[in-house]
Amino acid sequence: MNTRIMNADEVNRAITRIAHEVLEKNKGARDLVIVGIRTRGVFIAERLAVKIKEIEGEAIPVGIIDITLYRDDIKSSPSKHIVKKTEIPFSITDKKVVLVDDVLYTGRSIRAAIDGLIDFGRPANIQLAVLIDRGHRELPIRADFVGKNIPTAHDESVKVMLKEEDGVDKVTVISDQ
Amino acid sequence: MINKLKSKDLIGTKDLSLEEILLILDTAESMKEISSRDIKKVPALRGKTIINLFYESSTRTRTSFEIAGKRLSADVVNISVSTSSVVKGETLKDTAKNLEAMNPDAVVIRHSSSGAPDFISKILRCSVINAGDGAHEHPTQALLDLFTIREKLVLRGAKELKGLKVSIIGDITHSRVARSNIYAMNKMGMDVTVSGPSTLIPVDIEKMGVKVFTDVKKAIEGADVIIMLRIQLERQEKGLFPSIREYSRLFGLNTEKLKNAKEDVIIMHPGPMNRGVEISADVADGQYSLILDQVTNGVAVRMAILHLLTGGT
Repeated sequence: MNTRIMNADEVNRAITRIAHEVLEKNKGARDLVIVGIRTRGVFIAERLAVKIKEIEGEAIPVGIIDITLYRDDIKSSPSKHIVKKTEIPFSITDKKVVLVDDVLYTGRSIRAAIDGLIDFGRPANIQLAVLIDRGHRELPIRADFVGKNIPTAHDESVKVMLKEEDGVDKVTVISDQ
Repeated sequence: MINKLKSKDLIGTKDLSLEEILLILDTAESMKEISSRDIKKVPALRGKTIINLFYESSTRTRTSFEIAGKRLSADVVNISVSTSSVVKGETLKDTAKNLEAMNPDAVVIRHSSSGAPDFISKILRCSVINAGDGAHEHPTQALLDLFTIREKLVLRGAKELKGLKVSIIGDITHSRVARSNIYAMNKMGMDVTVSGPSTLIPVDIEKMGVKVFTDVKKAIEGADVIIMLRIQLERQEKGLFPSIREYSRLFGLNTEKLKNAKEDVIIMHPGPMNRGVEISADVADGQYSLILDQVTNGVAVRMAILHLLTGGT
């Protein structure tokens, strides 16, 4: 059974709100950089940067991180992940890094992404923005900015679809029953 | 799109499918960025053990595999045969079995006998990677050559390697680099020509799908890529060509011969070079030469192969 949780307008509004919250918390866009986690975190990161530009008039750098080489779950995952490029063509040292992903679940991807980021420099701080927080954390990680909290069961999955990759903006919860 | 290699081993490019070659090149593209970081290391192969087993001397390839393994956090052990039990008469099979007993995840082997990597790959449960065997294959060299060509041409806006003209010049008969490149380039749809003294070109090589020119000028004309091979000086002692000077004059690449080449030709050499013999110094160090890019890219390609063979599963 599939339940639609967010439509395109709701996704857009959530990202707009996160942009405002990021600016509020950081008192503007100074020293701010955004890094999206492949694949869908990248598109949300890019949209956040556009919104921040609209609000503050300041362009902030957007990077891409691929966490395949930092994962701890490759052994248990059925298929191999293809290693894609990490592109952070700017220094993150002393910057405030907003790490962006589509869904926050166990926290293991975020752990991998933080490990990856630290290899690029020593940021002033790392903040986490996610479109969906579905609970069930296995590590002590929480998001600073959340588009929507969705309580889920373990056997359900959350599917985020974004125009750039899937042709449509939509979030659905898929359950096997 | 595939996400892993079929075999546990990499013995030759002959055994790879086009999809597998593309997977290796794409993965290498992602790996290359790691070498440009301040901290040139990722944890992907933490806890894996890679053994470099080199029965022939090598600086570039052995170091390249060692750096590749270390940048992925694997533990890399080098065995140089001159100081090992092999000099006490241990057979290849026994050496392989003894190494296996220490539970490595991959053995990288270079051997003067064609077929040695294939032989031990059937004995060992771990991955075996051929780092050059006799006159058979040197697959990682061919893959890094393809990577280097692709990288350069993508910068110029080309989409694929299909239809590109490649000339391989030198001692084709004894060259594992030539064989691995011919297999791989044919799969990519590239157009391969070989050239060199007729004593150093195998009879019937046309059956491998290549053109043959004994006149180097013809091989250079219209080529997008020229790969010069090292001429081994002991071949002269066996009488396969009259003299180094004559070889250099007829088959060596120099500025004069390059006048026949395309304006944006790419020149490569697998190393080690005999400067002034098969390639003149000004060409080796000149604007068309990608010889040092090949070395840089070799690390990325070997990281990709080590990760694809030993990572994850």
